[in-house]
Amino acid sequence: MIYLKLAWKNIWRNKRRSFITIGSILFAVFFAVFMRSMQLGMYAKMIDSVVRSYYGYVQVHAKGYWEEQSLDNSFERKSDDEKAISSSENVLNIIPRLEGFALLSAGDKVRGVSLSGIVPDSENELSGLKSKIVKGTYLEKNYNEVVIGEGIAEQLNVKVNDTIAMISQGYHAVSASGKFVVKGIAKFSSSQINNTAVFAPLSVTQDFYSTGNRLTSYALQLKEGSDSKYTIGKLSKNTDNNIYEVLPWEEMLPELVQIIQADSSGGEIMVFILYMVISFGIFGTILMMIAERQYEFGILLSIGMSRAKLILVLLLESIMITLIGVLSGILVSRPFMYYFNAHPITLTGRAADTLRKFGFEPEMPTLLDFSVPLTHGTAVLMIAITLSLYSVISILKLDPVKAAKR
Amino acid sequence: MSLIISQNLYRVYNATAVPVNALNGVNLKIEEGEFTAIVGPSGSGKTTLLNILGGLDSPSGGTLEIAGNDISKLNGNQLIDFRLKNIGFVFQAYNLIPVLSARENVEFIMLLQGWEKKEREDRAVQLLEEVGLKERIHNKPSELSGGQQQRVAVARALASRPRFVLADEPTANLDSNSTNNLLDIMSMLNKEEKMTFIFSTHDQRVIDRARRVITLEDGQIKSDIIK
Repeated sequence: MIYLKLAWKNIWRNKRRSFITIGSILFAVFFAVFMRSMQLGMYAKMIDSVVRSYYGYVQVHAKGYWEEQSLDNSFERKSDDEKAISSSENVLNIIPRLEGFALLSAGDKVRGVSLSGIVPDSENELSGLKSKIVKGTYLEKNYNEVVIGEGIAEQLNVKVNDTIAMISQGYHAVSASGKFVVKGIAKFSSSQINNTAVFAPLSVTQDFYSTGNRLTSYALQLKEGSDSKYTIGKLSKNTDNNIYEVLPWEEMLPELVQIIQADSSGGEIMVFILYMVISFGIFGTILMMIAERQYEFGILLSIGMSRAKLILVLLLESIMITLIGVLSGILVSRPFMYYFNAHPITLTGRAADTLRKFGFEPEMPTLLDFSVPLTHGTAVLMIAITLSLYSVISILKLDPVKAAKR
Repeated sequence: MSLIISQNLYRVYNATAVPVNALNGVNLKIEEGEFTAIVGPSGSGKTTLLNILGGLDSPSGGTLEIAGNDISKLNGNQLIDFRLKNIGFVFQAYNLIPVLSARENVEFIMLLQGWEKKEREDRAVQLLEEVGLKERIHNKPSELSGGQQQRVAVARALASRPRFVLADEPTANLDSNSTNNLLDIMSMLNKEEKMTFIFSTHDQRVIDRARRVITLEDGQIKSDIIK
């Protein structure tokens, strides 16, 4: 206890220097935490807007489907298998889908579209599709009705209640064709989805493609905070691996992972530079402290204080001063993080257009996850402890007789 | 049995082009309860002898036995422990820990020895009373005069009940009143508690009060007078 007290009192011997050191740590931690939480928040938003709004964090397909996305690689919907998947740990909801491609015609115009057969209620649970309807209404079961993306509606000049026709190649090369009424027009943040997505009830789509009771995928909605890798492990045990493949979103969207990794490296370099700046600040303090107190250290060793105890006091000083800076930095950053989480910075102009084109919402909310301040706080503390090794070496090499000479 | 026995003690500094013999065959016996001053001109070897007697420096040759221990055989950590348990130090420049109060400074040595809190506090207060600083126990060194700081340093040196106290020019920075006051306290402790004091000094007032005066010159004992 006395060593803690001694270390604490020593910190305040030179108040100005301590405040400068604490201030530099505070600002570095603040900027590192704020910058990274904004960056990670943007990634979370990107993942959320692409993964959670359509793909789901995990999907179950027939084995080999993801390599060759064809209706011929669909699987028979079996209630036993569906129960096994839905009863797996962390699975909140399973959303069955039958997905294929088609040519959509309205008047004299034709567009290639992606047709998804869905169960309207459970699809809405995952993607909130109903809330994206800007004109008309949402799908009901088993009617020949579709919801189309706003981009398609604009390109083909289609309105609600208009009739459109689709043709495609169905299961095992059967020809597929049908007429559908446009029940609703949905607006998606992703321009790609906006320009290609068509949703129809599952049974209607199965009839259109002549697949019978087949599906191409189950998109899984997981419980909040679930670890998708752990969930996949559990799912793999509950499903027949000869029939099904279980894929996380990272494997289904490797481009998204690469975009995030590439962008993240820039942020990591900035944080590294910040760390370097703090390192110099902390090291400067340690150097000055050792130079100023050589005599005192000599006396303490002379009167019988062991080197280990002296080192303990110096380490405690470094840890305490760093902790004050780190905790203050985290404390100061929190209100900003809450504010920018609730009121994210919205990008405009070309940057926003580019993000929209890739299907991302152009917003930068901060990530409130406490792992961000914890990671950076710990990193700064580790830097301080590592730099304190210089004081340890100095004490180990200190000759009390020489040090105690004024 | 003598408290300190040195035989043919040498200390040679080789840092310069020409080796310097700071101690040149010192033979010395000091008994418990002595009040001894080591005197001599600058460069005569006083501080070197004191550093070696205090286990802060090692002799280049000869033997040194303190309280029956051959301290030349002790390693660095053993020497620190030996100093802690056997020797009290009073330095010229007081050398108190600036951030601790007078009482905490005195307690510090006992803390290093692992004394219980109550025992530490009681002894620190008692020692500060003995050196006349009862009213100043909560003051920090910067709030005390030079003489008062040196009295705290004496209390600190005695705190761990050492076998003897080494004082390196303890009065060099003090005025007459403070010097007399300090010497009174040390004499009293020497007489009443049989504490052994060894001073290195230039100060005639200290020399006058010492009961044994050892004069060093060129690293050798020139005279050894017991009054």
